[in-house]
Amino acid sequence: MTSTPSMDDDRPVAELRRAVKRYGAVTALAGIDFAVRPGEVVALLGPNGAGKTTAVQLLLGLVRASAGEARLFDGDPRGAAARVRTGAMLQVSKVPETLKVREHVDLVSSYYPRPLPRREVMAAAGLEEIGDRLFGKLSGGQRQRVLFALALCGDPDLLFLDEPTVGLDVEARRAFWTVIGEKARQGRSVLLTTHYLEEADALADRIVMIGRGQVIAEGTPAEIKARVAGRKVRCRTALPLAEVAALPGVRDARREGELTELFAAEAERAVFELLRRDPELSALEVRGADLEEAFLTLTRSETAQEVAA
Amino acid sequence: MIAQPQSRSLWRIYALEAKYEFLKQMRLPAYVVPSLAFPLVFYLMFGVALPHGHGGPFDIATYLLATYGAFGVMNVSLFGFGVGVATERGQGWMLFKRASPMPPFAYFAAKLATILLFSLIMTSGLFLLGATAGGVRLPFGTWLSLLGTLTLGTVPFAAFGLAVAYWAGPNSAVAVLNIISLPSAFGSGMWIPIQMLPPVIKKIALFLPPYHYSQLALRALGLDRGERPELHIGFLAAFTALSLLLAWIGYRRDEGKTFG
Repeated sequence: MTSTPSMDDDRPVAELRRAVKRYGAVTALAGIDFAVRPGEVVALLGPNGAGKTTAVQLLLGLVRASAGEARLFDGDPRGAAARVRTGAMLQVSKVPETLKVREHVDLVSSYYPRPLPRREVMAAAGLEEIGDRLFGKLSGGQRQRVLFALALCGDPDLLFLDEPTVGLDVEARRAFWTVIGEKARQGRSVLLTTHYLEEADALADRIVMIGRGQVIAEGTPAEIKARVAGRKVRCRTALPLAEVAALPGVRDARREGELTELFAAEAERAVFELLRRDPELSALEVRGADLEEAFLTLTRSETAQEVAA
Repeated sequence: MIAQPQSRSLWRIYALEAKYEFLKQMRLPAYVVPSLAFPLVFYLMFGVALPHGHGGPFDIATYLLATYGAFGVMNVSLFGFGVGVATERGQGWMLFKRASPMPPFAYFAAKLATILLFSLIMTSGLFLLGATAGGVRLPFGTWLSLLGTLTLGTVPFAAFGLAVAYWAGPNSAVAVLNIISLPSAFGSGMWIPIQMLPPVIKKIALFLPPYHYSQLALRALGLDRGERPELHIGFLAAFTALSLLLAWIGYRRDEGKTFG
């Protein structure tokens, strides 16, 4: 359990290799590569529709890749050997409502060779008080916690958590992060998907940002934050767009009607330069960019590079 | 620290899966009432309460024991499999089950065990009513062979329910099953003896699985129309095989597609 991974077992516990998934005319994953190594917490970060859930489903062997490959513990994701080492929290709209919480936990625990004691699972997921309640009588947050318990109960080496904290309040989210942190310290690997940068930052050793079915960026939370964090600056200026885009710290610039919009890692320097070069500048506006916008700029610059290449 | 899948108990997984499937259904009035109460109430109304002369070709209380029993088992099986699987598939629960290390067959085995148990409970209730209120007297062996024939009926209708589950949406499965099961039960002589139905329905009945099933049940009582049992068994076997094939295609189709 307390594994100090040697060189040999540093092989990925989960891996997508040039994986493509098409649903009819829609391409959910356009050739994606990433791996989760033993003991690592990896966050797949991306906006809705980026392909996060599809990536998880490929790795769990729930859908077949249109091209490329998904590997789990160096084998077929659908094999029993891989599945008994895996626990999953999926975006399930409903769990059978006429079973009690502890009955659900007992049943799923029975699928695993070394499940956690029920008491431990219930405590980790905060379910002690509601073990005897029927699933159908639970609130949204409680249901989410049951799904978390079902992922944990087999004491798996690898946890898949697909948007685990959607719909949870701040307190529940923190409690959840604590449990994940403990699992990671025990040497378990975790792959979680989220569209909260804050969540990825709090939990992950490594963040893989995906958008439109492709890896846009990959790195430690600090590296990703440096690329993603920034401000959006808008103004009316006579400066040519190319000049604005080339200003220090500016990552992306575009015309939005009469206005110029730019995305800057350091807004102060960019604004200073703008004003220095164009004293006539007006309608200046600086505000924080959310993750969605950060994604858009990153995706655009990726596309631009591709076109240029 | 590599876990061996063999070190878990398969027997225990199958037993727990079946236990919780039964509990789950037992707590669901929308399943329990139609599948257990309806056949018994119908039997009381039409087999016992309704006055009918005893001079006819057969005793109606005995006759309806076979056909309402068949109707009951058919419903237990169709709805137990059809609605259960359609709902769990539509809500993403099936996806969770498939991602878990559950042996895939345990899921279906549990559902089969549950409908077998429900069929037995329903049939026992019906037999009790028949022997008391209906005044039905049969040799012990005849009771047993009727019970056995009725119970075997779970297989073809569970298979058909499964096919419907994979091809109808979670919200339409109940409606689809009712639209199919109610008219075909009537046309097969499950409610009113086939001999009393118009000739055109008698012809159609030959193509209805419930007809062949009820004739087999009636045969256990010596009240069938005298067709060869191989005909009924062959028809039901083909129906089962076709249903399973459709369900299998649907199951495979799910693997290339996502739900929920």
